[in-house]
Amino acid sequence: MNPEKLTLAQAIRGLLKKEYTPGELARACVKAVEDDNRRPDKLNAIIGLHPEKAESLAAGLREGAPLAGAPILVKDNMNVEGLPVACASKILEGYVSPYTGGAVSRLIQNGGLPFARANMDEFAMGSSTETSHYGIARNPVNRAYTPGGSSGGSAAAVAGGQAIAALGSDTGGSIRQPAACCGIVGLKPTYGRVSRHGLIAFGSSLDQIGPITNTVEDAAILLGAIAGYDPNDSTSVDAPVPDYRAALEASPKGKRIGLPAEYFSEGVEPVVRAAVERVVAFYRAQGCEMVPLSLPATKYAIGTYYVVATAEASANLARFDGVRYGRRSPGAKDLRELYFNSRSEGFGLEVKRRILLGTYVLSSGYYDAYYLQAMKVRRALKNDFDAAFAKVDLVLTPIMPEPVFKIGARSQDPIKMYLSDIFTVVANLVGVPAISVPCGKDADGLPIGFQLIGRSFDEAGVLAAAHAWDREQPR
Amino acid sequence: MNWDTVIGLEVHVQLNTKTKLFSHAETSFGAGANSHTTALDQGHPGTLPVLNREALRKAIQAGLALHCTINEYSRFDRKNYFYPDLPKAYQISQYHHPICSKGWLEISVNDPKRGEYARKIHLTRIHLEEDAGKLVHGQGGAVAESYVDLNRAGTPLIEIVSEPELTSALEAVAYLQKLRSILLYLGVSDCNMEEGSLRCDANISLKPEGSSALGNRTEIKNMNTFKGLLAAVEYEVRRQQRVLEGGGKVETETLLFDPVERKTRSMRSKEDAHDYRYFPEPDLPPVLVGKDQVDAIAAALPELPDAKRDRYQKDFGLSLYDADVLVSEKPMASYFEAAVAAFPAEPKKICNWITTEIAGTLNEGNRSIETFPVKPEALGELVRLVSEGAITGKIAKELFAEMIATGKRPADLVKEKGIQVISDDGALRAICERLIRENPDPVAKYRGGNKNALGFFVGAVMKETKGQANPKSVNQILAELLK
Repeated sequence: MNPEKLTLAQAIRGLLKKEYTPGELARACVKAVEDDNRRPDKLNAIIGLHPEKAESLAAGLREGAPLAGAPILVKDNMNVEGLPVACASKILEGYVSPYTGGAVSRLIQNGGLPFARANMDEFAMGSSTETSHYGIARNPVNRAYTPGGSSGGSAAAVAGGQAIAALGSDTGGSIRQPAACCGIVGLKPTYGRVSRHGLIAFGSSLDQIGPITNTVEDAAILLGAIAGYDPNDSTSVDAPVPDYRAALEASPKGKRIGLPAEYFSEGVEPVVRAAVERVVAFYRAQGCEMVPLSLPATKYAIGTYYVVATAEASANLARFDGVRYGRRSPGAKDLRELYFNSRSEGFGLEVKRRILLGTYVLSSGYYDAYYLQAMKVRRALKNDFDAAFAKVDLVLTPIMPEPVFKIGARSQDPIKMYLSDIFTVVANLVGVPAISVPCGKDADGLPIGFQLIGRSFDEAGVLAAAHAWDREQPR
Repeated sequence: MNWDTVIGLEVHVQLNTKTKLFSHAETSFGAGANSHTTALDQGHPGTLPVLNREALRKAIQAGLALHCTINEYSRFDRKNYFYPDLPKAYQISQYHHPICSKGWLEISVNDPKRGEYARKIHLTRIHLEEDAGKLVHGQGGAVAESYVDLNRAGTPLIEIVSEPELTSALEAVAYLQKLRSILLYLGVSDCNMEEGSLRCDANISLKPEGSSALGNRTEIKNMNTFKGLLAAVEYEVRRQQRVLEGGGKVETETLLFDPVERKTRSMRSKEDAHDYRYFPEPDLPPVLVGKDQVDAIAAALPELPDAKRDRYQKDFGLSLYDADVLVSEKPMASYFEAAVAAFPAEPKKICNWITTEIAGTLNEGNRSIETFPVKPEALGELVRLVSEGAITGKIAKELFAEMIATGKRPADLVKEKGIQVISDDGALRAICERLIRENPDPVAKYRGGNKNALGFFVGAVMKETKGQANPKSVNQILAELLK
């Protein structure tokens, strides 16, 4: 069988009918990766192949497990016991995880089997999968373009037929933006919906694990397999997990969808605007009420995001010091040198830039001006959304103001790179769920996506509305 | 010029929970290096802290015992710095919003210059935080290498911060002793100072007598004996005084006290001071404590030393000094109460036995009252035997020595040895008459007006009767015969 274009729903049916075994399916994905790796312009979406792990887990597969042994790609920042995990960084070279995290444990219990690790921006810091220590990843739609980031490997592999479905992590758009760039679906759940235990932290108050899949239906299936309270994550929420797949059938008729002016300004390129306008027209035709909105604090979102995320990252990444695990710089004369050399050699440029930024904004004398101010804006953004969700059920926006960019186009201009996240960071700062769904192509044939943002813990409503559009699209 | 000494103490107390503050690793002392650690304690990436509710409960108990406000909202922060004993490179602590605010405790001080006095010392706060691991240097062959043991990393601590209200080294020691006593009563810590369960930092400054402006202060880190605290503070006060009187300026710095050299040395100066970049710990939600929860903990608090001391004075008629001595250590108070329960008639006598004989014996042998061979019930019995006239005080002391050696009950020893008090007037009178006959000199002295000569005859009678004579009867008979 060919994993290309196989949806997760189809794979589960095939597995249940015993058309193929979990091992066969995992091996087919591995073969697709190995074949592609012979190309000079390989996707480089996957940086670790572990079919033997999937096969050993398949032996313990629970009867009736909803994912039925489907191989699932995991991003290289999630701990799976016995597998390497490196966040695509040199500093974690040779590190093997001693435990399996909460979301992946739940995935395995539900019959989803990790078989490979996806490339990513180093420590999830980037929007193009160009900062990986393991080399850049490419967009399967056009290999001269980036697959987006930071979960670019997860998205490129699913879109490129190397994986049926994948887990990504989203701190400021890192699931949704690469999914949009590769023409597939990505969902960032509500903060607290999925356990962060075992996810190597970037911005702890922003990070969430979520599905990257070919269809909205697949996203609903995969979310159902990883969501739920985890006593090992004090920020996960003890709320019932609905049957997301069953919820897909709900009609969007009568839903009120907000269109925030700030997300449709002149900064949005016409080709993107036109694609999203077609989605607006579709929902109107479905009997939704389109409501013009304003979310005024949005203009501060990017600045706020880069203060909060880098501040948290500066502390989260301090443990990579060469003392206990990972790569230690050889030949250090004393402790200071051990720290300096291990971290200087182990971290890439973008990671260092963000550690320095985060350290700066937390420094004595600057804390109030940056971090405290960012907390206030975060509160203002939350107020914006609370007010909006009193009037509407969903908010619809583009994912990015511009189409997908070429490899190298922004890697020398960090500010421009940061601005790619302008429409996605708000959902993380506020904590609400958001999905990215493809809605057309630009003149070069590269995908464009739109975003639906919902109320906290209303993944079911977000998925149902997204599914109404997605089911109508040709594949 | 005269100087006022200003001292504030920061006391770190390890809570005696079964598991660590944020992981399920055991806290016990003395296990093989790194055997009491989980992936979290080793700082593995992706691990997340989960608050130990038992540690929170113990912190609240300490707060209530020290008259603090228990904050309904408290929160953890990250304190960032690099050191190999700190696996995450940040310590999870409570900086902005501690679990307890304000509070006080009363100390009693015995100062040779100022006499005995009591003072109330105010607390600024109590907060919860995790301990660091420890480094082991220079083991393992030719190369000088350092090793990290993370067994202690993540052990729950409370840090109790006093207001800068202590005015002498003696007060600082009295404060630490009182704090230790209260924490032991609560049972929230073993307060084992040798093992580092109780250690303190002292902030010290001097100012001209009566002045309200504080001088530059130094901080002495990590003292874990009362003697060390006393010596360090005394040394540092003298050092600062010399600096100031020499026209110099006290540098704000962090010091370590060397107990061998008996002096402080600089650890780091103000310029090297860390910027800890505190910010709210995003992995832990705020800690919300309801009034019901606090009330329930308050209702279950044990009787604390101050209340016990007042009760001993009121119910047993003990002096303030005696009551203070008894309650200073919970096991001693428990021993006293058990002995009084065995013989309620003479609590003062029981107190005397404990504060003199038992305290003396314990001090000599460096022993604890909990393992003392004479059980409190046996002491009660001994005091009862004396009180009922069945044995004399002298015999009681002899028996006591045997009770220590053999652990036997006093009544059994009395039977075994056939001890009985000679109260028989006839027998005693015969002995007295013979002694008076045989010793004309002391008789003459007594009759000549030297009443002290009576003591000679009392001693002689006791010697003859091997201490078994009833001293009251002997005195009466002698006085009559010598008239």
